[in-house]
Amino acid sequence: MAYSTNEMMTVAAARRLKNGSVCFVGIGLPSKAANLARLTSSPDVVLIYESGPIGAKPSVLPLSIGDGELAETADTVVPTGEIFRYWLQGGRIDVGFLGAAQVDRFGNINTTVVGDYHQPKVRLPGAGGAPEIAGSAKSVLIILKQSSRSFVDKLDFITSVGHGEGGDSRKRLGLPGAGPVGIITDLCIMEPEEGTHEFVVTALHPGVTCEQVIAATGWAVRFADQLGTSAEPTEVELNALRDLEARTAAAHGQTPGEA
Amino acid sequence: MAEILSLADAVKQFVNDGDTVALEGFTHLIPTAAGHEIIRQGKKDLTLVRMTPDLIYDQLIGAGCARKLIFSWGGNPGVGSLHRLRDAVEKQWPQPLEIEEHSHADLANAYVAGASGLPFAVLRAYAGSDLPKVNPLIKTVTCPFTGEVLAAVPSVRPDITVIHAQKADRKGNVLLWGILGVQKEAALAAKRCIVTVEEIVDDLNAPMNACVLPTWALTAVCHVPGGAHPSYAHGYTERDNRFYQAWDPIARDRGTFTAWIDEYIHGTADFSQFQAKLAAAQEAK
Repeated sequence: MAYSTNEMMTVAAARRLKNGSVCFVGIGLPSKAANLARLTSSPDVVLIYESGPIGAKPSVLPLSIGDGELAETADTVVPTGEIFRYWLQGGRIDVGFLGAAQVDRFGNINTTVVGDYHQPKVRLPGAGGAPEIAGSAKSVLIILKQSSRSFVDKLDFITSVGHGEGGDSRKRLGLPGAGPVGIITDLCIMEPEEGTHEFVVTALHPGVTCEQVIAATGWAVRFADQLGTSAEPTEVELNALRDLEARTAAAHGQTPGEA
Repeated sequence: MAEILSLADAVKQFVNDGDTVALEGFTHLIPTAAGHEIIRQGKKDLTLVRMTPDLIYDQLIGAGCARKLIFSWGGNPGVGSLHRLRDAVEKQWPQPLEIEEHSHADLANAYVAGASGLPFAVLRAYAGSDLPKVNPLIKTVTCPFTGEVLAAVPSVRPDITVIHAQKADRKGNVLLWGILGVQKEAALAAKRCIVTVEEIVDDLNAPMNACVLPTWALTAVCHVPGGAHPSYAHGYTERDNRFYQAWDPIARDRGTFTAWIDEYIHGTADFSQFQAKLAAAQEAK
């Protein structure tokens, strides 16, 4: 089946969620990929949204982080403070699944501001739940479309820390979680190199060239010695994704944005 | 005991110029009608607290009611930017807006601390983040037992919190359910609390352990059906996703925004008139 680069990105991200894992889900692309995982390879993945639903099983994608269907399909709904205090800080999240406006080579995330904080060129929405998810989840996955504007050499602002300055940064910062273990884009998959914790390309999506990735990355991106190729989306994956998107469009009259 | 009042009377009596105001509701139960009434009555110099400013604070900021904003995520959910918030931050229109920026975990904990009567909240947060560099109120504290360095942030203790809920009884006890956000904490952290509700009933029939705010912990209860629009009230109204989209072009431009406020807020006497006007306009399309 023919597929788009966005579909490849969502499918590749969904495959990273192990069945039975407990996943703290950001709205937008992470929510789409996490629900695709639940509908395909990982039916028992537990989806937690910061608004309060634990074990949400929405039939359509939520447009907001607090859509009613998340509450109706959840195992339980708890106050937002409890989500952050007991479930995240308490150490019960296996995977924090985040989007980003910008990332750098160490998987640090900017969702706050482009330019100077006090004289911003572009004011972005801000932190939301991401800083503590990035700090306390046992591992973190990041999903975003790749371009030289989103994959930058130096972030103007670190909203949520990845591997900091690389190396043993996280350890020195005393962060409980292992930090980002994968960045999934519409072109490739990046993973942190052992030791330096710099993100290097470990797999290209089918048909994508190294040159394309280099052109879409704002730092001198490196490629793993054992550079793989992502498996193409299967018919099952694509049908599940397209059905989910069609149900969402029918229910909301729109597809979710990435805000 | 909470008084059962009209929303106009409650805002007139309990929201003062210069107050620190929290209009809470996490996507669900956003007290929009109260926000409109604050604009209608021309309240000024407010310090607005809300985890997600949403359309309700975009309107208050653009209408010139706010001096300062304390927040943790400022977007139009599922759509994009809050243009009035951005214009105030980037271009100081209609007046400069001081911002105090946190994360969700921080503000949620700060409300819990406020409701608990504590001066600050402690949480494991911000290591490696630049937010403490731009918000001097984010500090650290060392655990006296383990030596771990943790984040310390001031508690949120508003002069007045306003929330929307599903039901009240005639004494002013309030029941809410669904996505609760920080509603209960925000209500109990504040000196005064106004609750707008979908309906007032003889008996709440609240299940054991339900989220009930007793009348003696509240200041005023106002009957404002649909008062959370374009947010929703679980079991009563649906989220108006189209309005969130429609807001984007209205708020993008100062002229269209001001015209909208003049027509829909200053041009209506109360929320039910606003609803009628909005419905007529939507039908005409």
